[in-house]
Amino acid sequence: MSIDTSKVATSNSSAATAKKPGKAGAVANWADERLGLGTAMKKNLRKVFPDHWSFMLGEIALWSFVVLLLTGVFLTLWYHPSMAEVVYEGSYDPLRGVLMSDAMASTVHISFDVRGGLLMRQMHHWAAMIFIASMMVHLLRVYFTGAYRKPRELNWVIGSLLLLLGTLEGFTGYSLPDDLLSGTGVRAADGFMKSMPVVGSYMSFFLFGGEFPGEQIIPRLYTVHVLLIPGILLALIGAHMLLLVYHKHTQWPGPGRTEENVVGFPMLPVYAAKAGGFFFIVFGVTALMGGLLGINPIWKYGPYDPTKVTAGSQPDWYMGWPDGALRIMPGWEFHFFGYSFALNVFLPIIVLPGLMFTILLLLPFLESWITGDKREHHLLERPRNAPTRTALMVSLMTFYGLMWAAGGNDLIAIKLNLSINQITYFMRVAVFVGPAIAFWITRRWCISLQRHDQEKLLHGYETGVILRSPEGGYTERHLPISESAAYTLTARDRDEVYSPDAEADASGVDAPGGRLNGLRAKLSELWFADNVQKPTAEELEEARHHAEHEHELTASLDGHAADGHQFDGHHAVEGETLRGS
Amino acid sequence: MRILNLTAGRLSRHRRGPIAGALLLLLGLVTAGGLYTAVMTPASAERTQDLASQVEEGRKLFLVGCSTCHGTNGEGITTDRGNNLGPSLVGVGAAAVDFQVGTGRMPMAQPGAQAPRKDVAYSEEETAALAAFVASLGPGPAIPDESDYSIDGLDSAAQEAAIVRGGQLFLTNCTACHNFEGSGGAMPRGGYAPKIRGVEPKYIYEALLTGPQTMPTFSNGNLTPDEKRDIIAYLGSLDDAAAIGGFTMGGLGPVAEGLFAWVVGIGALVGFAVWIAAHTTRSNKKKVEA
Amino acid sequence: MSNELPGHGGSNLPAEEPIPNPGLPEHTWRPTDIDEAAEKRAERQIAAMYLLSMVCVVLFVITYFVADVGDNWNTILGLGASTVGLGVFLGLALLLIGAGTIQWARKLMSDVEMVEMRHPARSSDEDREATLAALSAGGEDSGIARRPLVRNTLLASLGLLGAPAVVLLRDLGPTPSQAAEADYPGAGLEKTVWTPGMRVVRDVVGTPIKASDLEIGDLVNAEPEAIFPTEENGYPELHGAELLIAKSKAAVIVVRMEPESIIPGENRDNWSVDGIVCYSKICTHVGCPISLYERTTHHVLCPCHQSTFDLADSGRVVFGPAGRHLPQLPLAVDEEGYLVAQSDFTEPVGPTYWERDHKDIGDQGEADL
Repeated sequence: MSIDTSKVATSNSSAATAKKPGKAGAVANWADERLGLGTAMKKNLRKVFPDHWSFMLGEIALWSFVVLLLTGVFLTLWYHPSMAEVVYEGSYDPLRGVLMSDAMASTVHISFDVRGGLLMRQMHHWAAMIFIASMMVHLLRVYFTGAYRKPRELNWVIGSLLLLLGTLEGFTGYSLPDDLLSGTGVRAADGFMKSMPVVGSYMSFFLFGGEFPGEQIIPRLYTVHVLLIPGILLALIGAHMLLLVYHKHTQWPGPGRTEENVVGFPMLPVYAAKAGGFFFIVFGVTALMGGLLGINPIWKYGPYDPTKVTAGSQPDWYMGWPDGALRIMPGWEFHFFGYSFALNVFLPIIVLPGLMFTILLLLPFLESWITGDKREHHLLERPRNAPTRTALMVSLMTFYGLMWAAGGNDLIAIKLNLSINQITYFMRVAVFVGPAIAFWITRRWCISLQRHDQEKLLHGYETGVILRSPEGGYTERHLPISESAAYTLTARDRDEVYSPDAEADASGVDAPGGRLNGLRAKLSELWFADNVQKPTAEELEEARHHAEHEHELTASLDGHAADGHQFDGHHAVEGETLRGS
Repeated sequence: MRILNLTAGRLSRHRRGPIAGALLLLLGLVTAGGLYTAVMTPASAERTQDLASQVEEGRKLFLVGCSTCHGTNGEGITTDRGNNLGPSLVGVGAAAVDFQVGTGRMPMAQPGAQAPRKDVAYSEEETAALAAFVASLGPGPAIPDESDYSIDGLDSAAQEAAIVRGGQLFLTNCTACHNFEGSGGAMPRGGYAPKIRGVEPKYIYEALLTGPQTMPTFSNGNLTPDEKRDIIAYLGSLDDAAAIGGFTMGGLGPVAEGLFAWVVGIGALVGFAVWIAAHTTRSNKKKVEA
Repeated sequence: MSNELPGHGGSNLPAEEPIPNPGLPEHTWRPTDIDEAAEKRAERQIAAMYLLSMVCVVLFVITYFVADVGDNWNTILGLGASTVGLGVFLGLALLLIGAGTIQWARKLMSDVEMVEMRHPARSSDEDREATLAALSAGGEDSGIARRPLVRNTLLASLGLLGAPAVVLLRDLGPTPSQAAEADYPGAGLEKTVWTPGMRVVRDVVGTPIKASDLEIGDLVNAEPEAIFPTEENGYPELHGAELLIAKSKAAVIVVRMEPESIIPGENRDNWSVDGIVCYSKICTHVGCPISLYERTTHHVLCPCHQSTFDLADSGRVVFGPAGRHLPQLPLAVDEEGYLVAQSDFTEPVGPTYWERDHKDIGDQGEADL
């Protein structure tokens, strides 16, 4: 390679050698020559992301996952995934000499004899709770704003899988210390396995390596918890982020925003700083919680013993709703021909969660089937503008919430002085009636909010100034909303009810998929029923014209606060006259 | 402090120091209180009663405060419909009375699923008198001695061993109803196993012995006095132990933890998210391009 | 953007927006953009946060070495000093870095909104054609379409590879019937360690129970004597998994009530001793241990899902999700007056499973003597 002579100095004041790249430049050069980073990064460094707090909820989940990985690795350095029987000889006196599994002994060791061990354990546990809670909050945000529509349905599916795997990861994780509380949960899980028809006892024996509790379950849960599920989670999170980057983030409608653009701030430096900073905030909040709020004091539960139990035996909150379903289920068990079918366990703990998860997965496809909408959507919808969608999720949330409350029925009973029997009877009815009521209320509420928006759009906002005409009638003065606010209110699609193609074509051949199509049309009609559509240009013109006319009539009051004291001597009113005179 | 001098005359008011009024008030209160204590309070340590008069006093108190539900001779009252207004007290023993009356559960303020712990209605001698009367109705468990329920007399190794065994006994016999921290738990039909932390050891012993309300009994043939003592020692060790992990949030287990995860954890983080994406301060001025 | 929805039978929607897009609003500046003093102030604020974070890190390290754990935890306000100190300082250190970075982004980094155009999610028509062409060229070259024998046998061989993956998992555990033949005592779902004449002993302490020890209203958490082997009773040592398996099926509760309160099940007249009855402690719902006994109603409640059983009535379910009565252990007294079991339970203990042959309360038959 010949020396570049184009930069030879024309004077003596600067060096005559070729410009050497700086240190950072040298490293970048080395990397690029091997990895072609320049091409990969050119588009993404200044990639634009829109700004809204509700877009950061998924980040809470992402960063808590990182916290889980870091604190989890710490814990694995001291934890023994073994059910071998040991005699505890550590520093927690009330357990000295007690027989327990090595897993429990090592966890007590981490809590009492490793500096920072209890902090890491508690951080890990709080981060797990926050991980799953934030996934749910993120799911609700995505759903209520319609961000799961095309092209993001697959991301929704990936997200639902992340939620499911996160829940399982949490369950396997808190069972690892082999303490009384989590062991009771594992015992219940054995009961769940056994309730499955035909294969139940085989599944239980294969999982536990024999009869319950055996000595295989903790090491097996450990493998699932530190290897299998985290691997799948990492892969799915990667896919989730990749799709997010490819599709670009959705945005709220507003001035300057269209379906074809993204308005916001660039990745470098703004989002790198905001997201990176948020990572430290999530980590910091988790550390504060881990240091100040004690969680899961396993030394007080003691080691798992199948003959001991504590009142208030609940799983961690994210398994609370199936526990509630289990509690309120009536005792339906069927016996026939030497077999027993424990429907009272099978239905609430195997069938119901499976059903709920399937519904969750299918929600975007269900909506697109009902609405027949095949367009790409990148602008978000306010929840009120999709009343049926919003009401559907609120009723699912009501179902979930009632089941969750039922899972804590004994604590509700002692805190509110109620009878657990009455709470159970109430819940048995409420889980059916509640969602129906919630659906209806939410839907009407959304529609009434839409009507209010329409009012604002057509007639302006209420100023609170009441005018009285000479005839004695009262009116409220309205002023038009700003242009950008008006635009934002109309930046939504018009709903179109799905109608199947003509029943029969020219030759009298029926359209395919007949009856299903009919159902689809009916559902679509119900989906959009009573929805308030945005006004057409003519309607808007007419409304504005009408508003201007009203303003002319009240013009005499322009420039003054209409405080009613114009003509009673409280302040000077030169030049003012009674309207009409 | 000058306000306390207002009653003095105008001249005197300014002769006295600023805190004179306060000092005088304090002196007056101390004198009055001291006189009251010395003269009015019965010197209980000196009064001795022989058993018969104690039983008689107890019977009088019983007739006034307890017989409406428990019958004039403590035989219990069953209504026409077969409901139990108050169970028979024959054979419940002095320990039961000492527990029920001493913790304020009896007399019950209103009928209900459970007698809650409330303000104590009788003084210590009255309670002892009631206990003596009920004990006279039929043989039953006696009020325990301190040596029955305290491990203070043991050497430190034995104390440690007592706490360990007490913990295992506690987890086997007690936590199912009262929870691992002794924070209590629900029972059927509105009943509950109350919180047993911060309760005097004597009352815990008596409750184990007599089985108040729907609680089963743990007679001395079921749990020996030593075993009861060990359980009480373990509960005491829970009280003495520092909360090494931070605030315990009530000791109610995963339900409370989940509540905190949502309210504190998600609440704080969503709050931070709102802050991060919020519009910053705007200025009306325009930037002058340099 | 067109409002046309493809596939709908003709659209008569008005095409234009009622209000045109006014475009991005004019950018307004922050005080830190126009005022140098404000800018410097913000810089100092952010730097202060970073500095404070470093101070917290130092405090963290100090706390790590100063706060004692183990036998004698240092405490602060009744809380563990190590956990609280390490947690608070680590938390603040991290939080301050985060807050500082966020403030940097909010106050100092450019907040002029940028616009980037989207691209449709689908690939362009040219790309699609090129891909299809490549796929079909590749397919043609391989000849997979016109070689059904090769293709089908490939698919079959790949599919069959599922079998080794499944088969390799067979030894995860024994089948229930294999487990029943294992050589530890009480092996299998249908048996426990209880044998005829085995004494009932108190849990934790292991002492046998005389009928006369118990008073009416007593609740004893009990085990079979085999769980507490001694030289005297001669039972074999039980450790680890075998001990836990034995306990998970054999644990019992013994209660004494008024003999008249008991409604004995069919053929169970001699299963109680002077009002003392013995039931399995393992709930028939999903297996939690139960001992929440209500002395006055003779009901026992399970804390897990609130199944309630009546111990005066053969353990019948009176409330809750359990579907089956609690198994009862037939009791007797031996020559010395200690409570013993007449036999093992007459039905499998614990949660229901498919092959469990159910017998109603009256069908239990006589206890095997």
